[in-house]
Amino acid sequence: MTYLHNIGAYFIMIKDIFRRPTKWSVMKPLILKDIDDLIIGSLGIVAFISFFVGGVVAIQTSLNMTSPLMPKYLVGFATRQSIILEFAPTFISIIMAGKVGSFITSSIGTMRVTEQIDALEVMGINGINYLVFPKFIALTLYPFVISIAMFLGILGGLMACVYGGYGTMEDYIEGVQLDFIPFHFIYAFLKTLVFAFLLATIPSYYGYFMKGGALEVGKASTTSFVWTSVMIIMVNFLLTSLLLG
Amino acid sequence: MIEVKDLQKSFGDSHILKGITTSFDKGKTNLIIGQSGSGKTVFLKCLLGLFDYEEGSICYEGKNFSKLSRNEKTNLRSEMGMVFQGSALFDSMTIAENVMFPLRMFTKQSKSEMEDRVNIVLKRVNLDNAHDKKPSEASGGMQKRVAIARAIVNRPKFLFCDEPNSGLDPKTAIVIDNLIKEITEEFDITTVINTHDMNSVMEIGKKIVFLKDGLLEWEGSNETIFKTENEAVTDFVYSSELFRKVRKMYLEEDAK
Repeated sequence: MTYLHNIGAYFIMIKDIFRRPTKWSVMKPLILKDIDDLIIGSLGIVAFISFFVGGVVAIQTSLNMTSPLMPKYLVGFATRQSIILEFAPTFISIIMAGKVGSFITSSIGTMRVTEQIDALEVMGINGINYLVFPKFIALTLYPFVISIAMFLGILGGLMACVYGGYGTMEDYIEGVQLDFIPFHFIYAFLKTLVFAFLLATIPSYYGYFMKGGALEVGKASTTSFVWTSVMIIMVNFLLTSLLLG
Repeated sequence: MIEVKDLQKSFGDSHILKGITTSFDKGKTNLIIGQSGSGKTVFLKCLLGLFDYEEGSICYEGKNFSKLSRNEKTNLRSEMGMVFQGSALFDSMTIAENVMFPLRMFTKQSKSEMEDRVNIVLKRVNLDNAHDKKPSEASGGMQKRVAIARAIVNRPKFLFCDEPNSGLDPKTAIVIDNLIKEITEEFDITTVINTHDMNSVMEIGKKIVFLKDGLLEWEGSNETIFKTENEAVTDFVYSSELFRKVRKMYLEEDAK
């Protein structure tokens, strides 16, 4: 019953995000602040992880290519496919569920605990629109983060391959360009947009509707991370089956 | 004026408010008192429109809240100011931005007009030099005064305060009480205060509503509360030796 209640309340919240909108003059700085917190503030960790994971993928691929019949350019090809199709959109999103998701849940949850959300409601302000809509808009820029993750992942693979002595730059670049299918980008960015929606709304739900004190804020952050990750994995499976299956 | 008729509110099987009928007068500090669990906070949240209620009605200057359209409710809420127990100031904003917030949300004033109004209100609560501080840099008493400033900046008709002097030292608590009383009289606001503080009851309780187990047990003022024979009220208000002595002295003086 609790699951059904949560699902129903989540969809009602989604509807309320767009109801009784806050004045644009108030909303604009909130959106810019959330772009700074959620998008710009995540670039560092995303760049760091993408670069090194790209390198690891290239090294692992190279080390597992034991047959001399396998062409060297396959390292670049495998790295590109792994990064673009799964690593950048899906695994960066799970990392973001931890970083951005727990930030959203704890910041909104703290506002709930300290009665700031009650203060908004008493003033007649739609708290869900005021708090969640800016995050929703800020995260529409999430594909920008993922495109950086893709670029740096492939670059990390190149660096590891060339400077680790696993292959030449020419082989790697040839592999990256091999059998390029533009639809894979559409698939990746479509997934990214859906994940961005989940990243904005599930943590907001757990923050907005939490009850209790400081301890419950921590618990809500953990629960929101778990459910955002679960939903990302499930939606990933669904979209992959639909679009590539 | 706020008129409450037969207000009833439950949470599941728990019947919290069991039919409260009372009124809160304009230009007066109206106090809701009672023991923990008596239904004070639920009553206040019903008055604020934060909780729906099953039975009864609440009329704000003749307007029945539950019969208003969504837009009318929003308009009515913009006429309410609220001072929360923990002040509920927005952490991400400075003190001046906190006070300016209702003006930005509900008025079409220019920035300079809003700044002028914020300056007037902050001066009224004796906080002229705290504009750029963050709430976390302000003391408990300052935070309460900022909360009062934010509540009155948009010239509300109704002011609600949830335990406004909890956690404050006695001197600051009296300053906050007097500030609320002065503002209520100066701006002719209907003020409703939820409190445990007996000093507040004695100092500013122009009308006092005493709740017990979700029912209105007694109502009167800070003058009649000395003379009441209601056992529940005397048990609650005069639970300390000091207040029993004060009451005895008052009644002796009154008898002379």
